[in-house]
Formats: sequence, C-alpha cells, structure tokens
Amino acid sequence: MSLWEYANPRKFMALSGKLLPWTAVGAALLCCVGLIWGFFFTPDDFRMGSTVKIIYIHVPSAMMAINVWVMMLVTSLIWLIRRHHVSALAAKAAAPIGMVMTLVALATGAIWGNPMWGTYWAWDPRLTSFLILFLFYLGYMALWEAVEDKDTAADLTSVMCLVGSVFALLSRYATRFWNQGLHQGTSVPVATGERTVDDVFFIPLAISMVGFAVLFVALVLLRTRTEVRARRLAVLNARERMSA
Amino acid sequence: MKALLLRDLRLAIRAGGGFGLGLAFFLILATLIPFGVGPQPDVLASIAPGVLWVGALLSCLLSLERIFALDFEDGALDLMASSPLPLEGIVAVKSLAHWLTTGLPLVVAAPLLGLMLNLPSQSYGWLLMSLLIGTPALSVIGAFGAAITVGLKRGGLLISLLVLPLYVPTLIFGADVVRRAGQGLDASVPAFMLAGLTLGAVAIMPFASAAALRAGLKGS
Repeated sequence: MSLWEYANPRKFMALSGKLLPWTAVGAALLCCVGLIWGFFFTPDDFRMGSTVKIIYIHVPSAMMAINVWVMMLVTSLIWLIRRHHVSALAAKAAAPIGMVMTLVALATGAIWGNPMWGTYWAWDPRLTSFLILFLFYLGYMALWEAVEDKDTAADLTSVMCLVGSVFALLSRYATRFWNQGLHQGTSVPVATGERTVDDVFFIPLAISMVGFAVLFVALVLLRTRTEVRARRLAVLNARERMSA
Repeated sequence: MKALLLRDLRLAIRAGGGFGLGLAFFLILATLIPFGVGPQPDVLASIAPGVLWVGALLSCLLSLERIFALDFEDGALDLMASSPLPLEGIVAVKSLAHWLTTGLPLVVAAPLLGLMLNLPSQSYGWLLMSLLIGTPALSVIGAFGAAITVGLKRGGLLISLLVLPLYVPTLIFGADVVRRAGQGLDASVPAFMLAGLTLGAVAIMPFASAAALRAGLKGS
C-alpha cells in the first residue's frame, strides 16, 4: 500500500469519485461560513471602514494563486520522474484554476486599492509579480493547447513549469529590488506566527482560506477526472477508427 | 563544436538576412519612440535606458525562432541530436552563435541609439557594460523558448508569450544599471545582480533547453 497506487487511473477515478462530493460540500460550507461571517458579522476596521471586508476574498485567492503553481510544480516533477499520466493531467487541470485565482486576487486588489491608495494599479512589487505570475499561467496553458502529441505536451509543459518557477521567484525578488511598494506586508505570517490581525477578523479569514483550499481540491479533482475521461474517449475513438 | 559554431555563424550572416534584421528593428524602434512621446530632450533622457533595454530584448526575440526552426525543418537537428556531441553542448553553441550575431551587434549599436535618445553622457559606459553582460542571458533564455516551440505550428506567436515573462529579471536589472548611472548613483549593485543572473542562466538553461528539445524531437 503506497501513495503511488493512486497513480493508476482506475484507482484514481475510484478514490476521487468518492472524495469529490465530500470536498465539494466541504468547500461550499467553509466558503459560505467564512464569507458570510466575514461580510456581515465582523466590525468595520477603524481606518479602512467596510472596505476591509474584501480581505476575505483577496487573501485566500492570492494564497491559492501561489500554491496552485507550487502544486503544478510538484505534479510536473512527478510526471518527469515517474511518468504517471494522472500527475500530468492534474497539473493541466490546475492551471486554469490558478489563473482565475490570480485574476481574482488582482481584481479584488484593484477594487480595494482604489479607495485605500487612491489608485487601481501601482507598479508595486507584489502587484507586479502577480501580474507576471498571471502571464506564466497564460503561457503554460497556451503551451498545452499548442502541442498536439499528448505526452510531448506533458513533457514540454513540465519543463516550462520548472523553468517558470525559477524565473517567477527571480522576478519576485527583482521587482522588490526595482521599486518600493505600497502594499503592506503579510498580516498572517505562517513562519513566525505573529499575527497583526485581531481574532475578530482572523477567524473568518482563516475559515475562508481553508474553504478556498478545499474548493481548489474539489475543482482539481473534478477537472482531472474530466481529463482522464477525455483521454479514455480519445483512445476509444482511435480504436474505433482502427477497426473500421 | 567549433565547426558547428562556424556553420551557424556563416548561415546566420550569409543566408536569409536574419543577421541585420534585429539591428534594423532596434534602429526603427529607437526612431519611433520620440514620435510617440514627443521630442523633449529631458523626457527622452529619462526613458532612454528603458527604451534601449526593451528594444534590445524585442530585437533579440525576433531572431529566436531561427535558432532551431530551420535546422528542424531540414532534419539537421535530428542528426545533431543523434551525434556524439551532448545535446546540451549543441544548445550552448547555438545560443553562443545567436548571441554573436544578434546580441553583440546590439551592444555595438546601442551607444549610437543612446545619442539619438539623449542619454546622459555618464551612462554610456554602463549602457555598453550592462548590455554586454546582460544580452548573453537573453540568448540562452531565448534558446530555451525556441527549444520548447520547435516543431509547433504556431510556434512564432507562442515563443513571445513564453519567453518575454522569463526576460523580466534581466530587463529589471539591466535597465536599472543604466538608470542609476544616469542619475549619478552607484550602478555596481544591479550590475553584479545582472552578471549573476547571466552566469546562472548560462549554467542552467542549456540543460532545460536540451530536455525540451529531446521531448520535442521524440514527439514529432
């Protein structure tokens, strides 16, 4: 019994079929609780007023935008090293979700930025590196679409993901060097555990962060299952054409 | 490897006009910018470092596709891949040939265009230096983009989408060197960063490009 068993598409489909309803319901519940709590049952911030409530979408989506790329990096590595097809398909399935999360983070940031900073967009290091991350997602997805042979597409996109990760990190530090930012530092540092957010805001925020993460798991399972089925359908079609 | 380098250089210079094209593009870009932003000398002086670097980057992009596409079409790339030379070495030599025919002419032409854009006089040395140490990174990173898109039908369009985000750190440090020099600040910090970036890219990117080439050649 090892984790690699679930690289077998049949086993993966059985397990993910069982997990999918649970994760979907869990994501719906957590997001509802976190967002409704955050939107309606928290006090306004003394400086930012009610605009602070955007944080319940902005921070979770920004967190997921980065973590989805990390997940794609891991699955790409698994594909390159162990050649498990499900892994490559999971990376393919995750990319559009990550792109949407990046877009949501940028859009909510712009909406929040206008009343707070007086501008929708500033060439701040954090904003800029998210824009670059968005471009990386675009390129990655375009590459999947452009290559016809499926295994070659998986190979090329995996290499692209590895190189992209290195350069995304480099860009992050390069932009920090390049311009001083408007964006505040993180309020929820995971490493040190010293929060600058009060519990009143933090608990619903934490719930919606977990909710977004579970939502991503549910979506990625669903999309990977679709990809596996599409692959099976292509095989069946090819077989039919061969026999006809 | 030396034979391959000489062959690539000869092909680039003699056949197809790819050699001068990037340079002409660089010149046209530097001519168009004043039409777009107006002829005020102080405005031009403040944007000149960025314009020159972006121009160098774009004209480098123009000729990237040629690194592998022509050899792929006539089958020479398959022969090279099956030759005793390591594919990483072939990629490195081809990137070097690309730099010698694209990057180096850009370095030489840049001060002239800087003159057109009213670049502050103390920046010329740093402009030359930053392009000299920065453009090799553009070539090796670009070779990776060319390797990924080799054999694809819409490769030309895709290559810009894939490569340009990878150029961001190089552009930031490169243009920052020239900008700081123009303001009379110490430009050595971004110059060292740029040098580190180039050395890292030269060391790592040929391996990534070779991996991409192997996957691409296997699939076609």
